[in-house]
Amino acid sequence: MTRPITAVNDFVVKFANVNGSGSASANGLFVKAILRMGVPVGARNIFPSNIQGLPTWYEIRVSGHGWLGRRGGVDLMVAMNPQTWDRDVAEIEPGGYLFYDSTKPMPSSKFRDDITVVGLPLTALCNAAYAEPSKRKILKNIIYLGALTFLLGIERAVVEALLAEEYAAKPALIPANIEALQIGFDHARDHLKPLGLKLRRADAVGDRIFVDGNTAAGLGAVYGGATVCAWYPITPSTSLAEAFTAYCRKLRHDPETGPDGGGARYAIVQAEDEIASIGMVTGAGWNGARAFTCTSGPGVSLMQEFIGLSYFAEIPGVIFDVQRGGPSTGMPTRTQQSDILSAAYASHGDTKHVLLLPEGPNECFEFGALAFDLADRLQTMIFVMLDLDMGMNEWLIEPFRWDEDRVLDRGKIMTAEMLEAGADFGRYKDVDGDGIPWRTLPATHPSKGSYFTRGTSRDPYARYSEEGAVYVDNMERLLRKFETAKSLVPPPIVRRAARKTSYGVIYYGSTSPAMDEALAGLEADGVAVDALRVRAFPFEGEIFEFIAAHDLVFVVEQNRDAQLRTLLINEGGVDPARLVKVLNYDGSPITARFIQAELAKGMGVPKARAGEMVR
Amino acid sequence: MTYIAKPQFHHPSLKHNALGFTRRDYEGKVSTLCAGCGHDSISAAIVQACFEIDLEPHRLAKLSGIGCSSKTPDYFLGASHGFNTVHGRMPSVLTGANLANRSLIYLGVSGDGDSASIGLGQFAHAMRRGVNMTYIVENNGVYGLTKGQFSATADKGSKSKKGVVNSDSGIDMVGLALQLGATFVARSFSGDKDQLVPLIKAALTHKGAAFIDVLSPCIAFNNHKGSTKSFDWVREHNEAVNRLDVLMARMAVTASYEPGSLTEVTQHDGSVLLLRKVAEDYDPTDHAGAISYLQHAHAAGEIVTGLLYVDPEAEELHDALGTVKQPLNALPDEELVPPVAALDKINAGLR
Ligand SMILES: Cc1ncc(C[n+]2csc(CCOP(=O)(O)OP(=O)(O)O)c2C)c(N)n1
Ligand code: SF4
Repeated sequence: MTRPITAVNDFVVKFANVNGSGSASANGLFVKAILRMGVPVGARNIFPSNIQGLPTWYEIRVSGHGWLGRRGGVDLMVAMNPQTWDRDVAEIEPGGYLFYDSTKPMPSSKFRDDITVVGLPLTALCNAAYAEPSKRKILKNIIYLGALTFLLGIERAVVEALLAEEYAAKPALIPANIEALQIGFDHARDHLKPLGLKLRRADAVGDRIFVDGNTAAGLGAVYGGATVCAWYPITPSTSLAEAFTAYCRKLRHDPETGPDGGGARYAIVQAEDEIASIGMVTGAGWNGARAFTCTSGPGVSLMQEFIGLSYFAEIPGVIFDVQRGGPSTGMPTRTQQSDILSAAYASHGDTKHVLLLPEGPNECFEFGALAFDLADRLQTMIFVMLDLDMGMNEWLIEPFRWDEDRVLDRGKIMTAEMLEAGADFGRYKDVDGDGIPWRTLPATHPSKGSYFTRGTSRDPYARYSEEGAVYVDNMERLLRKFETAKSLVPPPIVRRAARKTSYGVIYYGSTSPAMDEALAGLEADGVAVDALRVRAFPFEGEIFEFIAAHDLVFVVEQNRDAQLRTLLINEGGVDPARLVKVLNYDGSPITARFIQAELAKGMGVPKARAGEMVR
Repeated sequence: MTYIAKPQFHHPSLKHNALGFTRRDYEGKVSTLCAGCGHDSISAAIVQACFEIDLEPHRLAKLSGIGCSSKTPDYFLGASHGFNTVHGRMPSVLTGANLANRSLIYLGVSGDGDSASIGLGQFAHAMRRGVNMTYIVENNGVYGLTKGQFSATADKGSKSKKGVVNSDSGIDMVGLALQLGATFVARSFSGDKDQLVPLIKAALTHKGAAFIDVLSPCIAFNNHKGSTKSFDWVREHNEAVNRLDVLMARMAVTASYEPGSLTEVTQHDGSVLLLRKVAEDYDPTDHAGAISYLQHAHAAGEIVTGLLYVDPEAEELHDALGTVKQPLNALPDEELVPPVAALDKINAGLR
């Protein structure tokens, strides 16, 4: 018999539910309660691309150490979905726990003997307490929450306080919820034994906040001065536009007129499709507003022609690409980092676009705001590359910060005064040697500075020209501008191992929290590896120095074709043999165990050592 | 940032408008279209209209898609910013530009290929959103720039220059615009400047989505016998419902018109549209009537021209969005970036 796992503030719980069963709110309360007890939590919603009936999972990493990525494996499975029973049971770690609804007896073949099975007659308890089907459906979730509160040692008062907060607007619902919580708690206390997995009040959360990346990016757009948002619904980016809308309604109104009095300092349009969204962004950017759209891979595909126009005609704009499983409709509600190449080289002809690669909600906020400065400064489309894991899951992060003295960088805009003072205006002239020309906005001056914007080739004074040399000059200047971008984008972050090593690892985006844990695990195993997190494209010099300084560099990505690696090889002329692919692309967020095992394998670390790894 | 324009000196005999500009101040580059192309007449009409309503040339933003017609913004109002976008997608770019700065005048110029084929969706949505603009389709029934393919407005049964008969039904842009909620809908003919210039003037002063379908024969590919978009055909089948005069708010309304044959429509900005009725029973503010009139005329093989519908009380997209009066592109940092205290409050709400 495998010994039951015992752990305090360090385990993985997974809820297996049915979509539409109302479980999300109970599971959310569970997580919040743990956070309120001062214990850090990482939470991931795994959901199907339909509204009702299919399986959903909610995986929670409880980590007093603060590891907030996915670890891998499940210590406690709350199995509420008969449809997925077999695979849910199989996923439990040896020595782990299975919590299920024992109203109907299950054949012993449905269990495992190396796990602890905890049955709660949930349906029976619920049906005994409630006659109405709607109540039964909702409160069933609260009953199991009550039982778990006892089994894991969660402070009941904390859960009760959360219920009161949750239903502050509908106080009539509070007593019924508290009662349901009690039913589950009492039954568990009277009939079951607490698990070996325990929660103990700690002080490890501090003033951190719990928020998803889309909300953070939407708020970043508000702080970045975005005034025009044109978007088209697509999972997993929709909530970004919704967050922007909600924050604008709160924060962007003329105080005199208020939200409904014509005082909106923003314009949000739900466009008819992605082509129109990016068209509106292009028009608004041309006319001097800070504009953005948010979308996912299929949307970026549709936008290609306009993205090429923006690149060539040099029009600022921001695209938040919340990546999901591709190609095509692929796995629309699963996560991937698979739009890297299609964004970097979006559109026909020779193009290169700036990509920002946030690692989580903090950088979604920061880069979300920065993107608008970069767009104006570089007069080009900026991509902020989120993914579903970062965009739609709530992450425990440091509070958002903003420097009160920060001034928005509007870039090189030639004013009427400058024109009047005799400035020589050539829309596509490289006056400053950085590849970035000056622009005028429509209606700047009655007789100076107007020009014709077009996608066709033109000379530095914006005069239509198909001269080969003129075209080449312009294309070379665009490359110069891309060079300039290197000094403006967020530099990579390098972490050196405790001792000198010839191994390096490169990663980016939402891989970050799992990578943190994997690196710590390797270090604990005495394995040294230097790490570099890429935060933007174009690649800043240090990235290639890092690669040059190591014999072997692992590139960890969440796509099939190692897209960042391809970009590194293409842009830096790196010998492909030095870059080892480490790829997770099954649609679920990468785990610390996977990274650690792959790196250990790649470095020839004996299995025995790599085997213990993260627990 | 409005500047008082310095009147440029031209030949003293040239007429000046109230701003001191001459007609030449509204011109652009020399056209590179085929000599005799209907589109050039439309450019000339735009120049005339802008001159007559005393528009500051630089305060107009001219946007187009791709095609011969979409090239024309280069040939008028040289002092304005122009934007040749991508094929068929000018409406969204114009919408975005308008969102950024509601204080300018927006003129979208497009072709029938541009707007009725690849861009039909964007055309539809710009109309239904009520974007404050003048949208002109230079309608020749063919693709000029790509050399003579049928466009979606070519009538069923009409013949191409090579003798091919069009078997698809033609899209009537005017009927569509009416259905979609455009608040100013007109049709005219590039060869009828007397009718076209006042229509453009009225459209430019209209608040809301103003659409003008201008039949504009392509002399290179669609001006032969068998074409229903040729100069001759349009002249023979033109049925004008009214003739228009536009009086700006500051002009005195002179009573030089016969009562009874006139309809007067006052728009938001105070401009008055004086409609000399040709068809006695035609009321341009009756939406349902306009649709029905159009359908009857179509069945009779007539091409109805004139101001077909106007809603003088129309609202526009910014009214619906509730945006501030000040252009969004001119808002200073302090009106865009919330204070740090607001962020602290948001942080507190996320714990
Ligand atoms: C995406 C795309 N598809 C096709 C074209 C080629 N193209 C250029 S103009 C044009 C048709 C223009 O016809 P219309 O709008 O009727 O204008 P006209 O030239 O007749 O004035 C086409 C198909 C293009 N530029 N872009
Ligand atoms: S091809 Fe036709 S539409 Fe184009 S410029 Fe010539 S006449 Fe005009």
